[in-house]
Amino acid sequence: MSKYTEDDLREELKTKEYEYGFYTDIESETFPVGLNEDIVRAISKKKEEPEWMTEWRLEAFKVWKEMEEPDWANVNYQKPDFQAISYYSAPNSKPKYDSLDEVDPELLATFEKLGISIDEQKKLANVAMDVVVDSVSVATTFKKTLGEKGIIFMSISEAIKEHPELVRKHLGTVVPTKDNFYAALNSAVFSDGSFCYIPKGVRCPMELSTYFRINQAGTGQFERTLVVADEGSYVSYLEGCTAPSRDENQLHAAVVELIALDDAEIKYSTVQNWYPGNAEGKGGVFNFVTKRGLCEKNAKISWTQVETGSAVTWKYPSCVLKGDNSVGEFYSIAVTNNYQQADTGTKMIHLGKNTKSTIISKGISAGKSQNSYRGLVQVSSRAENARNFSQCDSLLMGNECGAHTFPYIEAKNKSAMIEHEATTSKIGEDQIFYCNQRGIDTEKAIALIVNGFSKEVLNKLPMEFAVEAQKLLEISLEGSVG
Amino acid sequence: MDLKEKLVSSFLAFENTIDVDSPVHDIRTEAIKTFETTGFPSKKDEAWKYTSLKSILKEDYSVFPKQQNALDYKEIQKYFIHDIDTYKIIFIDGKYSSHLSHVTHDGIDVCLMSSALNKPKYRPVIENYFNKIAPKESLTSLNTAFSNEGAYIHIPKNKLVEKPIQIIHFSTGNEAALMLQPRNLIVVDENSHVQIIERHQSLTENPVFTNSVTEIYGNKRAIVDYYKIQNDNKNASLIDNTYVDQKEQSHCLVHTFSFGGKITRNNLNFYQNGERIDSTMKGITIIGDKQHVDHNTLVHHIEPNCESHQDYKGIFSDNAIGVFNGKVVVNKEAQKTNAFQANNNILLSDKATINTKPQLEIFADDVKCSHGCTIGQLDDSALFYMKQRGIPEKEARALLMFAFSNNVLDSVKIPELKQRITKLIANKLGVNIGFDL
Repeated sequence: MSKYTEDDLREELKTKEYEYGFYTDIESETFPVGLNEDIVRAISKKKEEPEWMTEWRLEAFKVWKEMEEPDWANVNYQKPDFQAISYYSAPNSKPKYDSLDEVDPELLATFEKLGISIDEQKKLANVAMDVVVDSVSVATTFKKTLGEKGIIFMSISEAIKEHPELVRKHLGTVVPTKDNFYAALNSAVFSDGSFCYIPKGVRCPMELSTYFRINQAGTGQFERTLVVADEGSYVSYLEGCTAPSRDENQLHAAVVELIALDDAEIKYSTVQNWYPGNAEGKGGVFNFVTKRGLCEKNAKISWTQVETGSAVTWKYPSCVLKGDNSVGEFYSIAVTNNYQQADTGTKMIHLGKNTKSTIISKGISAGKSQNSYRGLVQVSSRAENARNFSQCDSLLMGNECGAHTFPYIEAKNKSAMIEHEATTSKIGEDQIFYCNQRGIDTEKAIALIVNGFSKEVLNKLPMEFAVEAQKLLEISLEGSVG
Repeated sequence: MDLKEKLVSSFLAFENTIDVDSPVHDIRTEAIKTFETTGFPSKKDEAWKYTSLKSILKEDYSVFPKQQNALDYKEIQKYFIHDIDTYKIIFIDGKYSSHLSHVTHDGIDVCLMSSALNKPKYRPVIENYFNKIAPKESLTSLNTAFSNEGAYIHIPKNKLVEKPIQIIHFSTGNEAALMLQPRNLIVVDENSHVQIIERHQSLTENPVFTNSVTEIYGNKRAIVDYYKIQNDNKNASLIDNTYVDQKEQSHCLVHTFSFGGKITRNNLNFYQNGERIDSTMKGITIIGDKQHVDHNTLVHHIEPNCESHQDYKGIFSDNAIGVFNGKVVVNKEAQKTNAFQANNNILLSDKATINTKPQLEIFADDVKCSHGCTIGQLDDSALFYMKQRGIPEKEARALLMFAFSNNVLDSVKIPELKQRITKLIANKLGVNIGFDL
């Protein structure tokens, strides 16, 4: 057997094509490029939204016009021209199916290629999916089962029509429209997304899931997710993203809001493998996402993310620990390769008493990529006995990549206990030698080490997703993971 | 007229009082231009996010002290490390005080910046080293523009300087408000060793604003041991910009003890231009009231096989604000770097604040870099244990805090200085024990 070294791995990584790079030709209806008040109105009208929603969008658009694109992140990219993007793209004949047989076979084939065949998911994984292709939800499964429990799980545009009181009450409460540049843009033009409401005391019997995919060329994907867990309820929510390979950069600016009322628990898992661009750093998705959760008393929000795609990632899933005894968690694996750049991390805002937060972040950089962790832990002066533990580990493969850590820690209460540690290392020659000695070849050894390095986070993913996440790690670091 | 305008407009007058033909003239002129465009840093600058200079800049400072003031040695003896023989470079209100100082040209140069800038004898050193590593940053440029006085220390090859050197800046309070801009240059050649203690002290409560720049060059195998004592009174503010350039196998250690002052900002920067370099920076900060101490450190690992160690401890009570912003950059070429950084803090009051931001920027893969940062309180069970054994609460707390900061003191190599700092800490913690129980 030929010797497999890190160099071979690096070579393979370079030449590995994006496996999910295909383009499905579904007739879609796309708006003219550009953004102005009329487009915002048109989107709203297209979606048959009530007056208050249109106003809300216009308000956000007004705010957005005044804002400047942030440039503090440790990433370099050609700023997208916001007037050269089409802000709406929907598969033409919006299907409403009772069974999957009626769905456009081509669309189903797309999912097949993604390895998320709905049938299979339905049967094997017991996952209810709200599939979003280019922002419009096309298939919602398991709606009936959920309906019996009183759980509302539908696309946000339907929710605006069917449950306006719930949406109106919660939309924009955690991520206000003027929060940041991309959140404002999203608020103005979001085309679809998911809405989920778990009633009091209900434990959602299955994992809820959405799959996002950017399909049409030159379209931005602006989805909006709102999850409300009422008192004492529990929900686990999964989100996965892919995009076909394209030479131009696609823009993705999503907003996710989580609201966990008293004693509720939300577990939000993301597997993201948007098209990262080719080996020369051409193309790829710009991923500018605002995710934030609000915890009331005794509530818990847990973010788990596996980030392997996107040319540029700018994403900070955060927890506002408002209620006493609330808990925030953040587990992340970010893998960057070739020319990918990731600036990701979390914010833990401790406001209530006895609040706890845990941050585990693992960064793996290879090729010529740059991987940054940027986090904030803030303890307000009233947050008695706040506790935080943060750990950021970076693994470097090759000497052309970079790993960076920017943790911000702000404590204003004397009873706060905050710990932060960060390490940077490479796969040790001695570790590989140890494995070789025991008859494990180098490829397997690297796989073992990378797996071990990310295990802490992978363990936090729901079963069905953990398998997929491992598959993704395989794709991103093909050859290294066995 | 705000301070910036005042400084810019008084630049010409300043230039005329000293030699316009000196080679430094061009450097000064360029520096004032840089300052004119950048101005003072504001909270919008990422590096100044947690420290605002507003409250200092509003005073009407006298920029050039006019008269020569004298001080009686007895009055100020307590500010010296007086129980050992040392070289001394003493400034009173920015002017050199010859009768308090003890300088030398015997084999080594321990003297004044003003004479080094003007005498042809020193020209080669000035041309080689002056303003070579100080970046074009606003406050440093401001200092460069007005650079005229300060300490000049040049240790030639193979010299072990037997006595430590003390640099002390006194301000008498004869001016209602005083701004000082000392400029120090320290060049240590191959195989030489020097120990330096620096202190800024104002004798009244009149506001003093010191913007100091120190350039330190440690050549091959040189050892530079630098101690900064910052225990000024409540209206004195200090911005200390220190730049250290190290060549191969040199060791540089900077200890910063911050126990007082209104706003203290330490910009401490290390550049490792050679292999097998060791850089150490340590600090103890114990403050209360409305004091504000900001440590902003940078270690730039440029060449392979180097090490850096950072260890900063902070204890904050009352309304004090502590800031730590430590940055480690490892270049692509700097393989086998070991860089460690630790920042531990204790908060004693709910009104005190700690903002800390330890940063790692790593471009090389074969490195060991870590940083750790904690914020916490004293261990209740340890306190209880001591109280059980008859140690009063106050003393028990002080002992714990002393133990907390002790490993910074461990590397202080001048025993008398260590004793002095131990006393200062006891003082600061309000107890009367020697800690050598």
